[in-house]
Amino acid sequence: MNTSLVESSSVPPTETPQEISRRRFFEKLSIALVGLCTAIIGLPLVGFIVAPFFRKVPEKWVTIGKPDDFQIGKTVAITVTDPSSLPWAGVTAKSGVWLRRVSEDSFIAFSANCTHLGCPVRWLPDAELFMCPCHGGVYYSDGKVAAGPPPLPLFRYDVQVANGEVQMKQAIVPISTTL
Amino acid sequence: MIKLLKTVWRWLDDRLGISVLLSPAKHIAPQDAKWWYVFGSATLVAFIVQVASGVALAFSYISSSSQAYETLLFITNNAPFGSFLRGLHYYGASAMVLMIGAHMAQTFLFGAYKFPREMTWTTGICLLGFTLAMGFTGQLLRWDSTAAWSVVVAAEQAGRIPIIGDWVARFILGGNTIGGATLSRFFAIHVFVLPGMMFAFIGLHLWLVFRHGISEPPVAGKPVNPATYRAEYEELLKKSGKPFWPDLAWRDVVVSTLLIIAIALAALFVGPPALDKPPDPSILAADPRPDWYLLWYFGLLSLIPERIEGYVMIGFPILIGLFLLFVPIWNHKGERAASRRPWAIAMAFLSVIMIGALWWEGQHSPWSPNFEAQPLSGKVVRATTGPVFTGAQLFHDKGCLNCHLVEGFGGRRGPDLTHIADELTHDNLVIRIVNGGTNMPAYGPSLKPGELDALVAFLETRKHSLRRQEQQTETASSSMAATNE
Repeated sequence: MNTSLVESSSVPPTETPQEISRRRFFEKLSIALVGLCTAIIGLPLVGFIVAPFFRKVPEKWVTIGKPDDFQIGKTVAITVTDPSSLPWAGVTAKSGVWLRRVSEDSFIAFSANCTHLGCPVRWLPDAELFMCPCHGGVYYSDGKVAAGPPPLPLFRYDVQVANGEVQMKQAIVPISTTL
Repeated sequence: MIKLLKTVWRWLDDRLGISVLLSPAKHIAPQDAKWWYVFGSATLVAFIVQVASGVALAFSYISSSSQAYETLLFITNNAPFGSFLRGLHYYGASAMVLMIGAHMAQTFLFGAYKFPREMTWTTGICLLGFTLAMGFTGQLLRWDSTAAWSVVVAAEQAGRIPIIGDWVARFILGGNTIGGATLSRFFAIHVFVLPGMMFAFIGLHLWLVFRHGISEPPVAGKPVNPATYRAEYEELLKKSGKPFWPDLAWRDVVVSTLLIIAIALAALFVGPPALDKPPDPSILAADPRPDWYLLWYFGLLSLIPERIEGYVMIGFPILIGLFLLFVPIWNHKGERAASRRPWAIAMAFLSVIMIGALWWEGQHSPWSPNFEAQPLSGKVVRATTGPVFTGAQLFHDKGCLNCHLVEGFGGRRGPDLTHIADELTHDNLVIRIVNGGTNMPAYGPSLKPGELDALVAFLETRKHSLRRQEQQTETASSSMAATNE
């Protein structure tokens, strides 16, 4: 009943071909204008939300201490603050990294993220193993997988000793495992 | 006075059309739609609780990565009714998940998704998805250490999506790492995007309920025939239908009232979920776990073989979603009564068993090492000096106890070693410790001279026979002591 009412009211019986053409034009014009309005509002909106993640942030070197702060053969947790963080990041600008001094001038900085699902691995100094609390992934002191589900060794950040300081490349969360 | 109020009401009703707006509540429904039909309205009521408590919490919550945790502490510990409101929001979410599950099970078992209500079911499945997404994003807004690390886990899972995985992961993190942009996006999604979608889909779902009517309880031997169903349904309503309000709706009101009382009591006496440590990613002693309604999925991902894990992680939710969305498309007619649909009963039953079992496993997570394992007591070690004692200490220090149980102490990640010496010889123990094994690291390179011997000496005391002898000796000693007394 409603459908026939709508149909009969939308096309008056006395309508001429010119009027039909005019009506179709207004229909198309209105739809096109709605599309234009959506684009005017929508594109900047989507761009605002999405674009920042396409922008490459240059990774910076971060000073993490002097060589003598670290003992040879020891692995310690260090805190790195993201130099590119937003002003309101607060404590979330920090990252935990496992740093191992291998020799006089050689350091390895391991990402604390398990390569299985990203949980924070813990260092067991007596066992000389990294262990993940989530699914029991285990890594040797050099970051190689010792047991459990991790598909890859622990991710390593670049480290250098420059001007008497140990520096590492800004810590990012490595998204390393793909299908 | 009453006359004046009536006049005002009539004027308002005339100008605003309130009676017309509420008239669908009086639509005619099958008179047998009784207690089994209350779960949908209970879900809606739980959603209303969520909206109300969420709006109230937003008065004090600051969605900034640096301040959210402090505002949550304030809400919980200082704000009047703050703890109660947080509890209301948490248990409201739990109630919503439970009620939506019950509503879905009832609809499925009653065959109410069949013609002409296919899209009513489909919009309901979308609402289920939105509800679970609300649950997950809501847990992240509890911006503590668990929440921050859960974002990382979510990003890592998303990272497995082929081609666009890395981009999706960076989108979730709000950049290359957790930071200032992370929380605000989840806040926007949780507070604006998802609720907006939910309002729209609830409206659509209710519109479809009015359009197609509340399904009558199924009758065995009376299958749905799309050619005749509508006429039969109209006939049924003419013959025995009752207005939904108030003849049938009173049951919904009773159940919804009980639900609200239960949510309020839980909020009052159990309280909101405790906050973990601050969301500082440099605190590495964290153990992220999802809230209970997603714990079963955490269990599933932990139990499936590693080689297919990535495919299950991405494919399983998609497959389940597609299956649920398309159930009414390929099964839209025929018997509705559960008694004539044994596969439907089996599927519902197995789903409950599967989710329940996975939830149980997720709750206990035996695959996780026990970092709280304390050194074994003298009673368990049964030595105070010598290599057995040293071996027991090493068993703790080297992390063995994190994964293995000894007489009920330790972790459950690996096998129980309480009687390992009955199963492995001295040489086998040495080989296993040095070379490792399935899911066990090789300790050979890290053990110092003498440590291997001590460990093996300790493990060789883990025998049924030795334990029995010691128990007999203990019993004899205590009997003698008792006799002497």
